[in-house]
Formats: sequence, structure tokens, C-alpha cells
Amino acid sequence: MTNLKTCLGGAALLAGAAMFAGTATAADTIKIGASLAVTGPASFLGDPEAKTLELYVDKINKDGGVNGKQLELIVYDDGGNANNARTFATRLVEDDGIVAMVGGSTTGATMAMVPVFEDAGIPFISLAGAVVIIDPVKEFTFKTPHTDRMACEKIFTDMKARGIAKIGMISGTGGFGKSMRGQCLDVVGSYGIEVVADETYGPKDSDMTPQLTNIKSAEGLQAVINPGFGQGPAIVTRNYRQLGIEVPLYQSHGVASKSFIDLAGDAAEGVRLPASALLVAEKLPDSDPQKAVVLGYKTAYEEATGQPVSTFGGHAYDGLMILVEAMKRAGSEDPAAIRDEIEKTSGFMGTAGVVNMSADDHLGLDLSAFRMLEIKDGDWALVE
Amino acid sequence: MQALFSHRLAVPLVIAALVVALSFALPSSFYLRVAALVWISALAVIGLNLLMGYAGQVSLGHAGFFGLGAYAVAVLPAQFSLHPLLAALAGALVCGLIAFAVGRPILKLKGHYLAVATLGFGILIAMAISNESWLTGGPDGMPVSRMTLFGWRVRGAETWYWITGGLLVVGAWIAVNLVASPTGRALRALHDSEVAARVAGIDVARYKVRVFVISAVYASVAGSSLALVNGFVTPETANFLHSIELVTMVVVGGMGSILGSVAGAAILVVLPQLLTTFHEYEHMLLGLMMMVIMIVLRSGIVPSLAALFQRRRK
Repeated sequence: MTNLKTCLGGAALLAGAAMFAGTATAADTIKIGASLAVTGPASFLGDPEAKTLELYVDKINKDGGVNGKQLELIVYDDGGNANNARTFATRLVEDDGIVAMVGGSTTGATMAMVPVFEDAGIPFISLAGAVVIIDPVKEFTFKTPHTDRMACEKIFTDMKARGIAKIGMISGTGGFGKSMRGQCLDVVGSYGIEVVADETYGPKDSDMTPQLTNIKSAEGLQAVINPGFGQGPAIVTRNYRQLGIEVPLYQSHGVASKSFIDLAGDAAEGVRLPASALLVAEKLPDSDPQKAVVLGYKTAYEEATGQPVSTFGGHAYDGLMILVEAMKRAGSEDPAAIRDEIEKTSGFMGTAGVVNMSADDHLGLDLSAFRMLEIKDGDWALVE
Repeated sequence: MQALFSHRLAVPLVIAALVVALSFALPSSFYLRVAALVWISALAVIGLNLLMGYAGQVSLGHAGFFGLGAYAVAVLPAQFSLHPLLAALAGALVCGLIAFAVGRPILKLKGHYLAVATLGFGILIAMAISNESWLTGGPDGMPVSRMTLFGWRVRGAETWYWITGGLLVVGAWIAVNLVASPTGRALRALHDSEVAARVAGIDVARYKVRVFVISAVYASVAGSSLALVNGFVTPETANFLHSIELVTMVVVGGMGSILGSVAGAAILVVLPQLLTTFHEYEHMLLGLMMMVIMIVLRSGIVPSLAALFQRRRK
């Protein structure tokens, strides 16, 4: 029995010692933490985010670092799991001694980490979508991606301009579709638009004809929105054309990738969706102030990784750059000073748009952050 | 020594000593948090071990109960302003009732069929949690309000370390007593041979349902504590992979060993934290270590080592 006890105790001590060994580092670096969904079902978010952070931290260090010090990036893989994220957040704060945090790929992981950083007084720039992260405003929590609500507003603005007043909705029941459906229903009233049909589909459904038939028969239908993510929207788009529905179809920013056009094929022609400027970097007019930033990021990312750029990596770029500029302005590595400077960010040009933060806006993007795109000849075209 | 080891209080005392000793050894609240996570998982694993290790019935859906417990302390206080402690109690009660209701038909099945039935049951709960977003916040999860006890807000890694550690000791004590009781003997009998057990006058169905209910309550209590520690719940707590993780903890630590449950939980919670330094190889190394443990220590860590020491002594 004593043996057993010593055994367990020994194992625990060994574990402790090994953890200590991993954390001894030089003192003249600025430590930045990240907990991202590098693997697992949300890895399409975390993987480009991690690659972007590593790429740009290297670049910044080669150019002399920040305030004369080198950056040290500590990335943990939480697999999108909120419980793991919370543990890593505690570890980054308590053990690694970071001065600021970028990331949290998913809303769940972010929300689980928020209390850790709020308690420790360390600025936290989340890369997750939902509006709950910054509304209500939390002292140390910021985020860079546009919210679902903004996507809805962008779509409704475009509809209003086209004189559309009665719409149908077909939403995925995954996290993304569900959250966006709620936000759209929330704001639709203030655009004088009425939802005449509201259908949903499961993330693994392979045929949405019944729901679309219901929508088609709705009185006075003028357009359809499909908040959803993954393959669902491609199936909706195909079924939509098969049923011969003539009114315009709007997709969400969730399908803003080339693979959507590939999956939906010819059916995608004429579909409109709000998306980040990153997607149409080359097509932006030279006069566009955002062109240099998005093209620069796109080229750097694609050269370094050999993979097509994604908006999610762009969010990580924005987060890191906002942080680095705030640290430069603060001239110190004091977390509270960095936080104050992040909040004062104004006129920052990122991949998601112009960021103007304030004490009651920890996102700082406006609707101009989104571009309305239309799919023409199997490629994106700017609408405006 | 031998007599001491076989005493009913030995195992809970060892765990209590471990909890107290580690509280001095752990340097920061990060370590305390990891330890608290070990105690929470160990509690759920002890319950599952009663079912798997002692009664010989597998459950691939135990995270379902874990998730129900977690969501009970998230939803009930938010919707009905129930005190978190009462909510946890309600969660445990509901889990017990559900286990009782589904236990009888499900536990008639054996082997793979039982595995598939419990698997389906677990997936059902996970789906319900992530689809009923008006209640549960859907896939993004929902916050858990902080618990207040006698006007004092329960928070901080150290507080939770002691609470979860205490729960584990109590859980282990109950489990040890259960195993040593006539129920425990009946469970082991039906583990070895259901026919023989029935011949010896044991109501097999009743005992199976009873241990299923008990293990569900353990999982629910563990889930509630995790939710309260984190202050946030997501549907992952109830998903299939978590069920598998719990089963792995039972098997790695040792079937039919209470201390093994703690060891299994400790390994699966602590190893990923140690392996982060290896980045991309993290998952590969984790898998490799599991395989090596299972090949070298075939009946799980604690039983294998105990057998080894006993052989040495002779």
C-alpha cells in the first residue's frame, strides 16, 4: 500500500517537474498567448489562425520585434473544447505569464475563457463570431470578426435597396445557422422586411426540397436567406434551382469560400452573399484603401503555407496587429496599459475592415466591413 | 499492512491523503485547476467503474448523464432561479430516474448490443442539448451563474480544489462500501456469470438497474461540479467522445479498482497538459502511451501494479 502511495505521489511530482521544465524562458521577451481549435471539428478556424499568428510573429521578430523586445507566441490546441480552453487560459495566465491573449476560435471556448482574463486583468482579443462576446462590453475582452448581426444587416440593406419586403428563411441548425437565424429575426423588423416563411434543416440533411417547397408557396415571397455553414447551403442552392424558384437567393458569410462554388456548381450563379474583402482581394479597385492590406496578407499567407487564404486567418492577423500597435503606443508590456490602448484603436485597417474601437464598442467594425458579392461565371463579383 | 489495505476506509483515506498532500505541492492555481479536473473526472469514472468493472456492463453513453448534470446547474438557476446546489440535486435525481427508466430495457442486452444501445442513448442526450437552444444556448453553450453559499461567492481554483477533492473522497467512500455490501457481491457474481448468479438467487435485472442508476448519479454530480467550476457549459460535455474518454479512463486505470479510477482520470487529464510541448506530435504520443500502458499493464494501471507488488513479496 505504501508502495502504491509513493507510486502515485511520485507520478504526480514527476508531472509537476515536467510542467515546470517546459516553462523556463528568457525574461526579455513579450509573451502572447493563444488557445485555438487547431485540431478537431473546428480546425477549419483554428488551423489558419495558428498558422497566421506564427507567420506574423516571426515576421515581426525579424523586423526587430516590438518596443525593442522579441515576441514569444505560446499556442495551445484546445480542439474547440470549452473545458480545455479554460484550462489553457488558466495555464497561460498563471504559468506562462502572458501579457495579452489572441484567440479562442469558437464562441463556446471564448466564453469559457472570458472570466479567466477578466479576473487576471489581461487583454483578450477573441477570434470567434457571436455578438455575446462583446455585448455587453467586458473590460478586457475584444474581438475582431464581424458578427452575425452585421451579416444580417448587410443582407437586409441590400434587399431594401432592391425593394424586397417579404422574405423566406431556411436556416441550418448548427451553431452558426442557429445563431445567425436568431440575429436576423432580431433586426429584420427595423428594415421593414417581413419573414413570411421560416424553415430549418439539420447539419447532415442531404435534401432540402420539402422545406424549400414550403417557402416557395409562401404568399408574396421576394427573396430567400440561407444562414448556414458547410455543405448544407450548397444543397439548398441546388434544390433551389431544381424547384425553379425565381426570387433572389442570399447566402451568408459562412459559405464565403471557393468550395461553396465548387459544390453548388451552376446553381450558384446569381447567389448573393456578404463577405470579407479578403475574398476579392485582387478584384478591389486600386483606390480601395483596404486593397493593400488584404492583398499583402493573402500573398504572405499563401506563399508561406501553400494553402488558399481564409477569412478566419485574416481575423487572427487583425487581432495580432491591433495588439502589436497597441503595445507600441503603450510603450510597455503592462497588460492594463495595453488594454487601454487596444480600446483606443482607431482607423486601423485590417482584413475585416476599418476598426474604430471605443469604451462601449470592443469590436469597432461597421457595415462597410462587409462587401456584397454575387457569384458570376463561377467566380465572385463585387456588387456595389 | 495487508489488513489495513483491505479495510474499507483505506481507499478513501489514500485519496484524502493525496488531495491534502497535493494541495501543498501544487504551486499555482493552474495546477490546482488541473487537479480539480482530475477529481471531477475521477468521480464520474468511479461511478462508471462500478458499472463496468464490478457489474461487467458497458456504457458508451455516460457523458449523456454527465452533460445532464452539467446543464442542470446551468439551466435550472437561469430559468427558475433555483439554487445551484438544489439544481445539482435535481440533476442527479433526473439522471437517476432516466437511468431507472431506460435501464431495464437497455440492460437486457449484452455485449456489443448493450454498447450500441447506450451509445445511442448518449447521442440522443447530446443532440437534445445542442438542438434545444432556447433552453441550453445550443452549440455555443451557456453561462453558469456563480454559486453563493451562505452569502459567500464560491470561486477560485483553490476553493474548487477542496470542494471537488472532498466530493471525490465521499464518492470513493460510498463506492467502497457499496462494493463490500451484499449488493457489491451480487454485482461481482453477475459479472462472472449471470446464469450462476440467477441460480444463486440474485435478481439480476434489479441489480443491473440499481448499479446503472448509481453510476448515472455519479456522472451527474461530476458534470454539475464541472459546470460550476468552469462557469460555462457547452454540449461537448455530453458528446460521444467524452463518453469514450470516460470509458478509457476506467480501462487504463483498472476495471474494478476505485484507486484505478483516480489513476486513469489523472493520466488522461494530466498527460495532454504535459504533451503540449510536443505540438503536432501531441495526439500521436498520447495514443502511443495509451497503447504501451495497455500492453504492459494489461489489467489497468492499479490492478497490474498491485499484482506485481504482491508477486514480489512472495
